[in-house]
Amino acid sequence: MNKTEFLVRLQQGLTGLPQEDIDERLNFYNEMISDRMEDGLGEEEAVACVGDVDEIVAQTIAEIPLPKLMCERVKPKRRLRAWEIVLLALGSPIWLSLLIAFFAIVISIYAVIWSLFVYVWAIEVIFIGVALGGSFIGSIMILKGNVSTGIAQIGFAVMSLGFAIAFYYVCKATTRFVVFLTKKIAAGIKALFIRKERTE
Amino acid sequence: MDIQLKRGLLDVCVLAAIKDEDSYGYKIIKDMSPYIELSESTLYTILKRLEMADMLTVRSAEHGGRLRKYYHITDVGLRRIEEFKEEWKEIMSIYQFVTKEDHVDE
Repeated sequence: MNKTEFLVRLQQGLTGLPQEDIDERLNFYNEMISDRMEDGLGEEEAVACVGDVDEIVAQTIAEIPLPKLMCERVKPKRRLRAWEIVLLALGSPIWLSLLIAFFAIVISIYAVIWSLFVYVWAIEVIFIGVALGGSFIGSIMILKGNVSTGIAQIGFAVMSLGFAIAFYYVCKATTRFVVFLTKKIAAGIKALFIRKERTE
Repeated sequence: MDIQLKRGLLDVCVLAAIKDEDSYGYKIIKDMSPYIELSESTLYTILKRLEMADMLTVRSAEHGGRLRKYYHITDVGLRRIEEFKEEWKEIMSIYQFVTKEDHVDE
């Protein structure tokens, strides 16, 4: 791949991002390739050193914040004509509700995922609560002379503590999974915006 | 290596690469290469982050009929390097403690 091909492919990959972000990156990679060539490398070699275009595109998209991407997406490419503004206003009951529905879906997906997080940690809290409460009540019972029930109570508390320790690993794994899913979904929404732009 | 830790280390490495004189992208990568491998895309992200944090400034200058960006370290950037040196002393003492524990286990 020569320098021009590389830059064209990079530009195509980044379509949908704010123009200044695209230009800045194109200039950066252009300079990098030119400098390597000046250092004695052949054009193809210099391009290969800079890295894989698809990887650069993926990394760039992952780094651009979602709100910035959305702002760019909804910003009109040219000034709106009067009739378009009228249409937008008249159509607002439709597109506005669709937009709200879209965000509602996104938020509900997040809510479902994060409820899993709340769910497992709530169980963990209950185990710890039973352990603490049980040992406290058990101690009082023993002090009041009800030794056998007290010991049984403390036994349950220790068992609950054991569950809490074991369940902690489930909580940790779930938390990691939830964070992973959240990131995946954000990347998915970004890809949705980028791909839409490219097919236009 | 832990991602956050590596990110912090790379930031300081890039600052060190422009500490003595202004430098440009390819030279930074070349200067760092004997010590640490750095890809172009990673360097771009680091430079952007350091610029946002006011640790460096960017200027374009003509070079061989084209424009090249030069990066200049600011006082904030210099201070970051000094902070890093101080932090590192702490990390080294933690390291010594950790490896000492290893000996006790053996």
